[in-house]
Amino acid sequence: MIEALDLLMSESLWAAVLRIATPLIFGVLGALLCERSGVLNLGIEGIMTMGAMTGWLTVYLGGDLWMGLVIAALAGALMGLLHAGLTVPLGLSQHVSGLGITLFASALAYYLYRLIVEVGETPPTIEPFRPYAVPVLSDIPVLGPVLFTQTAPTYLALVTVAVLAYVLARTPLGLAIRMTGENPHAVEAQGLNPNALRVGAVVAGSALMGLGGAFLTTAAFNSFFPEMVQGRGWICIALVVFASWQPGKALVGALLFAFFDAYQLRLQTVVEGVPYQLFLMAPYVLSIVALILVARRAEVPEALMAPYRRGER
Amino acid sequence: MRLERRETVPLTLVATAPLAAVVAALVLAAGLIAAAGVNPLAAYGEMLRGAFGSRLSLTEMLTRATPLILTGLAAAVAFRARLWNIGGEGQFFMGALATAWIGHSLALPGLLGMAVLMICGMAAGALLLAGPAFLRLRFGVDEVVTTLLLNFIVILFVGLMIEGPLRDPLAFGWPQSVPVDSAYRLADLVPRTRLHMGLLVALAAAGVVWLVLTRTVFGVETRAAGLNARAAAFAGISLPRTIMGVALLSGALAGLAGAIEVMGVTGGVTTTMSPGFGYAGIVVAMLAALHPAGVVAAAVFVATVFVGADAMSRATGVPSFIADVIVALSLLTMLVALLFTTYRVRR
Repeated sequence: MIEALDLLMSESLWAAVLRIATPLIFGVLGALLCERSGVLNLGIEGIMTMGAMTGWLTVYLGGDLWMGLVIAALAGALMGLLHAGLTVPLGLSQHVSGLGITLFASALAYYLYRLIVEVGETPPTIEPFRPYAVPVLSDIPVLGPVLFTQTAPTYLALVTVAVLAYVLARTPLGLAIRMTGENPHAVEAQGLNPNALRVGAVVAGSALMGLGGAFLTTAAFNSFFPEMVQGRGWICIALVVFASWQPGKALVGALLFAFFDAYQLRLQTVVEGVPYQLFLMAPYVLSIVALILVARRAEVPEALMAPYRRGER
Repeated sequence: MRLERRETVPLTLVATAPLAAVVAALVLAAGLIAAAGVNPLAAYGEMLRGAFGSRLSLTEMLTRATPLILTGLAAAVAFRARLWNIGGEGQFFMGALATAWIGHSLALPGLLGMAVLMICGMAAGALLLAGPAFLRLRFGVDEVVTTLLLNFIVILFVGLMIEGPLRDPLAFGWPQSVPVDSAYRLADLVPRTRLHMGLLVALAAAGVVWLVLTRTVFGVETRAAGLNARAAAFAGISLPRTIMGVALLSGALAGLAGAIEVMGVTGGVTTTMSPGFGYAGIVVAMLAALHPAGVVAAAVFVATVFVGADAMSRATGVPSFIADVIVALSLLTMLVALLFTTYRVRR
């Protein structure tokens, strides 16, 4: 018991929280942007897998780490364009298209990986992002090691939260995206094109999901292997609901989730006699519990999952 | 150019949509096979031979199709009522686990015991989906996310059980559950192959589901709930009851798939016993346009791709992940094909 509490005092736990949260932050922001425009993107799990593979592959083939992130974002955007094409102008079922994208993007990622990379006993590795100590700030006791000794993509994720929150809340573009998710007819009446806004939001959101996947292979680990996204995409979909479609709350949700994940990993080592699977289940169970807690007062975008066709109600 | 809704949907169009979708998927995947430096036509030839070329390959394909028919039916039944059950994989495993657990120590005569075990598997699958259905009806929690997350929870639970209470002590440390009693193993349908009587059970299930959906009040209610929930409620259909009924039926079908796989093929449960039967069931259901008869044909197609791709991969060196690519692509092309059955393009 004492040991379990001691864990909470360790710097390594809190540094791990931010690290574990990073792919979730990218993913949840991406899903949030899609949904704010009115499109559910269940392709997230596959898009993250695609981002993880392409980001890693770029570096493996000689590109630098930042190039890997760019390629991963582009691969994500491309998959997003496919999802947007099917669900926005064609108005197909967002559920089925999204699942289709997930199946397709993961299968394609595995296929291309096997095609290009000779895989032996252990998967080949790359030199990943190293933690970067921000000058001066990283010398602050406790806060320094936790907040200011992270890898570059983690800082990028935090900046993205602020940028997306600002764009959605304070710019005409953000207003137009939010309005498209609530009432596309009103957007049309303003002389804007709701479907173009939706395609744009889904493509941009999917690029963020791709970055989330790439973090796994270029910073958290240094290799790519099947099933490595491990449901993180689905957890992001749950976190969007938990965060009531607000970027700030999404950050809090991702950090909270990452805290529980980091804590259960460490608890496994001090609590004996409990099967490790129970600890591993905890994050998924918590996601469901969180959904139940917020479901009643969820402020779902009005036009989420409703395709917009001109002149059709 | 714009889309205009068709007044009537010709049956021939509905029947050709899956064919067109499959052809389109194969053409798109041909590019990826060519990228591997292999002639796509030769590769597809190997694939067909791998699934139909011999008695062994044909029975292997049908063995693979058996659980897919059931998980396909599970998805079709649910999607018809707009209950997004993406948890077929988890329900499959719960059905398998319940069957192995009870079937290990059951003491009933053979046939009766088999029936009891299948019912147990169905109950386990149904119960697993009842949870998310309840959460949707009571709290408005989206069932897509809950069923998806449950898949991960169930796999961990299966791991826990087969390393703990249900561990097979005779499996030499290999994580596997205790096997069902040999009295309850399904007999071979074709001697000296893996194909078992479960195929007949799956076909019978497709027949029963078809009857239920087309010839009963419940079937009409599920259709109404899927087409327009508000109108259905207005017509006096109890939406909660219908949705819960659909959930129990859908979960039971996926659970039955797990039960039959254990009784017919694996004997015990391992965490690797399903190559994504639950997820592939969604593709099967969509390719079948959610029709029970179509599910059988679509399951055979998906099984052909998976079994054929393994043989093709051995013969040509094309990674066998191409099977997953083809199956996923056919889901996307089918979605587009379905659009053209309900809409037409007007200039």
